[in-house]
Amino acid sequence: MTDLPVLLPFRPPTPRPGLEFLDGRWIAYLALAILLAAGAAQAQGTPAAESAFSVILKWTPLIGSGFLLNILISVIAMAAGTLIGLALGLCQISLLPPVRAGSWLVTQFFRNAPWLVMLFYCIFMLPFRITVFGEVVEIPNWVRATIGLTLPVMANVSEIVRGAVQSLPHGQWEAAESLAFTRGQTLRQVILPQCLKRMLPPWMNLYAIVIMSTPLTSIVGVEEAMTLTRGALNAERRGDLLIPMYGALLLAFFVYCWPIARLTRWLEQRNQVRV
Amino acid sequence: MDTPLVSIQAVHKRFGDLEVLRGVSLDVARGEVICIIGPSGSGKSTLLRCVNALVRPESGRITVAGIDVTAAKLDPIALRRRVGMVFQQYNLFPHRTALQNVMMAPVSVLKQDKREVEARARALMAKVRLQGKEGAYPGELSGGQQQRVAIARSLCMQPDVMLFDEVTAALDPETVKEVLVTIRDLAEEGMTCLLVTHEMGFARDLADHVYFTDRGVIVEHAPPAEFFGNPKDARTREFLGQVL
Repeated sequence: MTDLPVLLPFRPPTPRPGLEFLDGRWIAYLALAILLAAGAAQAQGTPAAESAFSVILKWTPLIGSGFLLNILISVIAMAAGTLIGLALGLCQISLLPPVRAGSWLVTQFFRNAPWLVMLFYCIFMLPFRITVFGEVVEIPNWVRATIGLTLPVMANVSEIVRGAVQSLPHGQWEAAESLAFTRGQTLRQVILPQCLKRMLPPWMNLYAIVIMSTPLTSIVGVEEAMTLTRGALNAERRGDLLIPMYGALLLAFFVYCWPIARLTRWLEQRNQVRV
Repeated sequence: MDTPLVSIQAVHKRFGDLEVLRGVSLDVARGEVICIIGPSGSGKSTLLRCVNALVRPESGRITVAGIDVTAAKLDPIALRRRVGMVFQQYNLFPHRTALQNVMMAPVSVLKQDKREVEARARALMAKVRLQGKEGAYPGELSGGQQQRVAIARSLCMQPDVMLFDEVTAALDPETVKEVLVTIRDLAEEGMTCLLVTHEMGFARDLADHVYFTDRGVIVEHAPPAEFFGNPKDARTREFLGQVL
């Protein structure tokens, strides 16, 4: 990398991409595949059996409400993890060696632990209820699971922040310093604004990973979409429904994640175009 | 002569095993322009960075406008208000426009009135011949234009001394001149300037005094006519023979 404009390869100004990242074709293909699977399931079932499609429709409100919990868990874990991770990442570039070392250790620990293990750890180690001002407050399973997912998000955001800050040329710090900016002013006015643009694509990638990890919480008994789908299959007692039902769940995740992935790609490309 | 505006005495600096400055002394009077020349790695840039405390020397004493730069309890902010610095790589803030780059430090560091600063910044943009480029982002400007914005940005802090660290070394040959003209204007207005440069012609025309450094020491210094006309040290002669 260079910041000498003369050394950068010439890039013709490409038209800025519009909203074409929302490419509907792939969603249509996947939906078609699931419909075919549903049709096959129906063909195998006894003539009296309800069609797979109508079974899916019947369970959609319940599983959909479970999916909302997946979204809620991912959003809370992402928001909390981002806030703490931002602070942790800034600690990683602190001038104080103990702060730097401590935050580095925390970041490395939670970044290199399996998410499922952390989930189990939080489910069983966190208290089931706490007493606030004499009132006993139950901590539901999903809240503890959300905390379990917050930890890896925090560690990953911390690394994203550190990486973005360190990717900026050292001259930016020197220039700000020589203009009498304090370290805090330099961070707020010079460094972080430039980092935000660099941090956004990896941050959105991380979110996509978080939402796709929320079904892990079904293992610890959170009543999200995965748990409810399994429950629905148990209630129906029909082996031929396995593929269409889980297929419908896959489709739901895909429809939710695809636009995010496309938007991320679009942002990455746009950042590359601007020198 | 009054007390010098910048005084450097017996400054030593090492980076690990490398002794970059081995006892450098020089004085600069108010309004004086000095040029520091010498082979790369001779400690020129480190010396400049010692003057605004971007680098802290191990020993020796530096004072700038009465501020003891080498004091253990230096207030670097107070010092850097008095000393402007321009870098080889311009180091403009790419997320802000040219005008915002010039205005940022006086507004947020010196807490000066925004309208006042803006008037001064616009005047400085005109002074460096960049009227009409106020709204441009650094990425939209040529190297020479960016460097002139960087000069205006330093001047907007109304410093007593300007440090120029090889400011034309990264520029296309055709834009070197526009930057040198800007520095010349500044010197002729009486700004105290310390320049590290490879532009020998410029040093000869503009400097009041030329210093030649090699391996961390000042080998020779003299007014430019004498320095270029009758260099005394063999190392100076060899260097000038190579670059002239």
